[in-house]
This record gives sequence, structure tokens and C-alpha cells, in this order.
Amino acid sequence: MGNFFGRNQSFQMDTQSAEVGVEEGPNKIFISQQQVVDEEVQAKVEMLIAELHGTKHHPPNDPDAQKLDHGFHFFKTNIFDAHPEYFSELAKGQSPKFLVIACSDSRVSPSVVLNFKPGEAFVGRNIGNMVPQFDQLRHTEIGAVIEYAVKSLEVDNILVMGHSRCGGIERLMTLPDYTQTYDFIDEWVKIGLPAKKKVLQEAGDLPFAEQLTLCEKESVRNSMVNLLSYPFVRNAVVNGTMIVRGGYYDFVNGSFEQWKMCTH
Amino acid sequence: MAPKFTKCMLLCCSAKVSQKEEDSMGSESYEEAIAALSKLLSEKADLGSVAAAKIKQVTAELEAAAADPTKFNPVKRIETGFLHFKKEKYEKNPDLYSALAKGQSPKFLVFACSDSRVCPSHILDFQPGEAFMVRNIANMVPSYDKKKHTGVGAAIEYAVLHLKVENIVVIGHSCCGGIKGLMSIPDDGTTATDFIENWVSICAPAKTKVKSECTELSFLEQCNNCEKEAVNVSLGNLLTYPFVREAVVKKTVALKGAHYDFVNGKFDLWNLDFQISPSLAAV
Repeated sequence: MGNFFGRNQSFQMDTQSAEVGVEEGPNKIFISQQQVVDEEVQAKVEMLIAELHGTKHHPPNDPDAQKLDHGFHFFKTNIFDAHPEYFSELAKGQSPKFLVIACSDSRVSPSVVLNFKPGEAFVGRNIGNMVPQFDQLRHTEIGAVIEYAVKSLEVDNILVMGHSRCGGIERLMTLPDYTQTYDFIDEWVKIGLPAKKKVLQEAGDLPFAEQLTLCEKESVRNSMVNLLSYPFVRNAVVNGTMIVRGGYYDFVNGSFEQWKMCTH
Repeated sequence: MAPKFTKCMLLCCSAKVSQKEEDSMGSESYEEAIAALSKLLSEKADLGSVAAAKIKQVTAELEAAAADPTKFNPVKRIETGFLHFKKEKYEKNPDLYSALAKGQSPKFLVFACSDSRVCPSHILDFQPGEAFMVRNIANMVPSYDKKKHTGVGAAIEYAVLHLKVENIVVIGHSCCGGIKGLMSIPDDGTTATDFIENWVSICAPAKTKVKSECTELSFLEQCNNCEKEAVNVSLGNLLTYPFVREAVVKKTVALKGAHYDFVNGKFDLWNLDFQISPSLAAV
């Protein structure tokens, strides 16, 4: 990586602010909110929204914004500009062979861990790399990712990738926890309950840390099974045009294992 | 006859990629496997016909793979990808990775599209440990809904309350299929997908805005505008989460919008700025 902090360099990117259109969004605070909202906070937010419709300006000193700009500059200079044919082809369309479901954890980006280049992997990331069962009401986010990957992009492989020290799995294995409740986290990680149940049945006598590792892998298997509850996934697998795979990245020991679902 | 599924899965072809060298994944392992399978078939004459057929099928696949090294091999692709990471990054930065193994403290929560061309690890050069990421169709943030949107809610909740990120960045991009899908939903609202159109309708306000204000633009230009307006809708939706609202008011979290244009190689970044009037703060 070079040094990009020289003031003489001109960055070919824009950092202008745009007028933010927030007519619809924050109004929802006051319409759909069912819980009691602190009135003082609400008043402040109302004032903020009024301000948002005003002038554009860019804060003079924002090191986090600078970090993003520098990061893009590195990519643009060393990768994008260095492979113009590759990226102009990619701009016309993508044809990845993988859909990867990975955890949102900052340490487990599939692009980094499996060295996927731009264009190689369509990626969905959430807490605990979970795939819930088909549910058009409760799980449209993951459903849309899988649907697009399978129907529009026709990926050949779905890889569900778990990892070590997963906070989502740890929360699942810690429940119930009456000292700390969350609006969303507990409800979400319960997708992995079948995995937890299996681990407790088969390895309930092992130390908690080992149970966590087992559950991280068992939850991947649980998600792989849940993938089959999506008709378009089932059809592709039955037709032999797609394979469901599982993976586990252990960043403590520096290893990666993978397995696949077989049809029989 | 179509294969049947049962609840239990056959977990086969497991490959642990920690000690194996990249070179050993060559034709020798295929030949060894074929030799072992042939030996098994000849020795176990009483092997059930189903098992024998399965072994023959696997043998044929292995021979085909050995014969045509240009054929894409997903197992090998994953293995070599990991080995490359392990050699070039993991083993070259032992201090970083041993610290990361103990815990993460990213400063960013990033929403990016699932599109294979826009991973923030590439386009913003994020290193392991720097950014907690949510990736979904068209990088959308729905408004707070404990029933319909637990996935996004859990990620935001974890990032803000547990990891205490300092920035939430929503990054849109050019030629976004999800946004194009949103813009293509007919006016009568009929949908043809199980999930996609329902999901992208989260940013319907962006579509409304673009359709009413950009009537002179082509459809593709409207889509490009919508990509950015949708980011703003998502930023607004972030404020419907009380823990986000509180952090923003306290200035412990900043909201940022961005747009990556991979046609022209550009990156736009903007802040959501807030001013709090002193008179209201005294309430």
C-alpha cells in the first residue's frame, strides 16, 4: 500500500454532500413506532429533520470519511485502473458461480478469506450467517438474496460459511438470558435453535467453548437444510444445476474446512 | 427418477485445508482415489449394486476432472482461495490476526449490495476487523419492524449496542439489479417474484421521488438517480431504530451515504448532518 496522504495528490472522486431526501423515512418514526419514545429525543429528532431540508455542506474534519476516500483511492489506483478490460466487462454484467452466505463479523469477509475477486461471488451477510426457512413475511431479506442468486444469476454453488468465535452463535447458546434482552438479536439467532438442540443432546457434557465450536458448524448444516425449503433452491439442486456447500473458517488456528450436501 | 431428500444430509467430500500444500491438490490425488475405489469394487463383490453404482459415478467424475483441468472446480477454487489468504495475509500478519482472534472492534457498520462487483473489502480496501458488514439486495435498510425485519435489526442492534461502531455507511452502486427491479414494478403493483419485489419496495419512496422529479431522464438515468435516492431513504430508515437515533443525537454515531459507480470508476460520499437547536435541548 502506498502513502496517500500527500496533499499534492488530486483524488478522482467526489466528496460532495447531497441534499438528503428524508420526507418519507423519519416520518415513519411517528407513525409506526409502537413503543414509548422519549419525548425529549423525539423533539430533537424533529428539529434535526427540519434542518436536513436545508443547505448542503461538507464537514471540514472527518477522518472517517477520509479513510473511506483513501480506501477507494487505493482500490481505484491499484486494482480498477490496473485492469481496465476486466472491469469494463464486469460493468456490463456479473456471472458469479457462487452465492456465499457469510457472517457480518468484520473478520470474515469472503472476499478476503477465500480470495474472491470482484465478480466471483454474490454475497449475503447477516448475524451468524444464518438461513431461516422460507418465510415470505418474516424473512424477505435473505429470501431476496437467494432468489436473485438462484433465479437471475443462476449460480452453481451456494456456500454457507460459518466461523470461529461467532457472537451470534454464542448468544444462541447463552439463551435464555434474563439479565439482557434485545429487540432483535435473540429473535434472529433462534433460527439456529435446531443446531443448539442437537449440540446439547450429543455434547452437553463438553466444555462450553467446545459446544460453541460444534454449534457454529451445526448451525451451518441447519442453514444448508433450510435452503431446501426454498422451492427454487430445491429445484436447482434436484436438477443437478446447483450444489449446496458448507464451510467453516477457524481464525484461531488458521484453517478452513468445507463439505457439501449430496443428493441420494 | 428424481432424487429424494430426507432431513438428514450426507456430508461427504469434506476437505480440511490447513496442512495440505497447494501443489498436492493435483492429479496424483485423483489417481490414488481412483485406484482405491477400483480396488474396493474388485474386493467387495458382494457390495450392494447401489453402492457400486455410486462409486462408479464418483470414479467417472474424478476421471473427468483429472482429464480436463480447465473445467471449473468449485472445491478447488475455495481451497486455493483460502490457501492464498493464509499464505499472503494470515501468516504475514500474526500480530494482527492473533489480536483479531480475541475480539473485533470495527469503527464501521457498512450496508452494501450483495452484487459480486461491489464488496467493500475490495472497493474501500477494508482490512479484516475494520467493518461490520450487512449485504443484501440493493443495500437496503428497512424501517424498524420486529416481525418483518429481524435480520437487519439484529445486525444494527449488535453493531451499535455491542460493538459500538462510530459510523453507519450505506453504499449504493451503479447498474444495481435490485433498484432496476424496483423501478420496473408495474404501477398496479403486481409482482412476479417470491421475495425480491417485496424487499426492494422498502425504497419505494425513492422511486416515487425520481419518477416525479426526473421525468425528462431515460429509464436508465432514472435508475441511476434512484440508486442514490434509495441510499437516502435507507439513511432515514436508520433513524427509526431507537438505539441509532439516540447514538446519532449524542453524536456517537455518524450516518453516511455513498455511491460506487463501477462504469466510470467513481465514489461519492456524503454525510447526514444534524444540527440541534439549543432552545429545544432545554426542554
